[in-house]
Amino acid sequence: MSRRRQRLVWLGVGLGAVFAAGALVLSALDDSLTFFYGPADLVERPDAFSRRVRLGGLVEPGSLVREGAAVRFTVTDGQVSLPVTFSGVLPDLFREGQGVVAEGRLSQDGHFAAETVLAKHDENYMPREVAEVLKQNGEWRAAR
Amino acid sequence: MEPARFVALCGRVLPFAVALAVAMLAAGLLFSLALSPADYQQGESVRIMYVHVPAAWMALFVYALVAVLGGVGLAFGHALAFHAARAAAPLGAAFALLCLVSGSLWGKPMWGAWWVWDARLTSMLLLFFLYLGQIALSGAFDRQARGDRAAAVLALVGCVNLPVVKFSVDWWHTLHQPASVFKFGGPSIDPSMLLPLLLMAGAFKAVFFALWLIRTRTAVAASRVAAARLAGGAR
Repeated sequence: MSRRRQRLVWLGVGLGAVFAAGALVLSALDDSLTFFYGPADLVERPDAFSRRVRLGGLVEPGSLVREGAAVRFTVTDGQVSLPVTFSGVLPDLFREGQGVVAEGRLSQDGHFAAETVLAKHDENYMPREVAEVLKQNGEWRAAR
Repeated sequence: MEPARFVALCGRVLPFAVALAVAMLAAGLLFSLALSPADYQQGESVRIMYVHVPAAWMALFVYALVAVLGGVGLAFGHALAFHAARAAAPLGAAFALLCLVSGSLWGKPMWGAWWVWDARLTSMLLLFFLYLGQIALSGAFDRQARGDRAAAVLALVGCVNLPVVKFSVDWWHTLHQPASVFKFGGPSIDPSMLLPLLLMAGAFKAVFFALWLIRTRTAVAASRVAAARLAGGAR
């Protein structure tokens, strides 16, 4: 009985140590585990202009302009907005007011040249009729 | 529980488990494919969710189960716990693979990419590899008991990844959207879509339970054959 007890204690101690190590590793890697930066975070970064980065945020409503195969739009986090240019096929879910992640380079004048554009879906699921009723009643909360 | 008693009990429970799995899967598929509405943004593609999300939940649940069984086996030396862990691991790996493949098929039309290396997708892939490592390790020794113990240690260590998979969407910016069902403030998913999702989650659980019983019974039988061979001096 005491041997079982002992093994159980060792298991608990070992598991605790492994979880502590995991937490330390993850907190140390925090900055590199992020998939994209918001506009405000991106412009603060010292390496923002020197490498390919991913910019994420909402497509500002009314900002989308199509010029042939090229598109221009503004990505915002509510505080800072960055103009983005892209030429290529946009994903189906790309909409004004919806989330987007653009990968490309930021130039010194604050203009973002995207090479790929991914649509970011939010966590809300509902039928079209429900969405319309919500909009009519003014209970529509803007996507994050 | 003694393996012999388990086999007897299994014979009585199994017909009900199989019937439940078939009934729940039929109801779940009916609701998710036919009776539920299309999404206001995603259209019909949202139906992939009814396979993708239950598969992801099961992949996490089964991993935790394998780790607990491994821990019980290590601490108390129960043979049945190891048999049950060995039976569950490949099922969990199948759920993880189903989650990855269905997610990839969903990501291409919605996000515009089959795969991205964000924290959620990467930690889920790691979970799948942990399953593969666990399965390989359990079969890597001449003596099964040794393989069981090694695999149990790996399963316990790999548990670190479970909260990372679940909370990756909250801890870091990811392309994958945050949780819709298990979160503060209640689900952000319409009841007409939550019902088929929960039905399918129940169906996946029932299917797993039935297959797990069958596989555990087989593992008990296989260990008896191995023991008899050893005693009889075969080979």
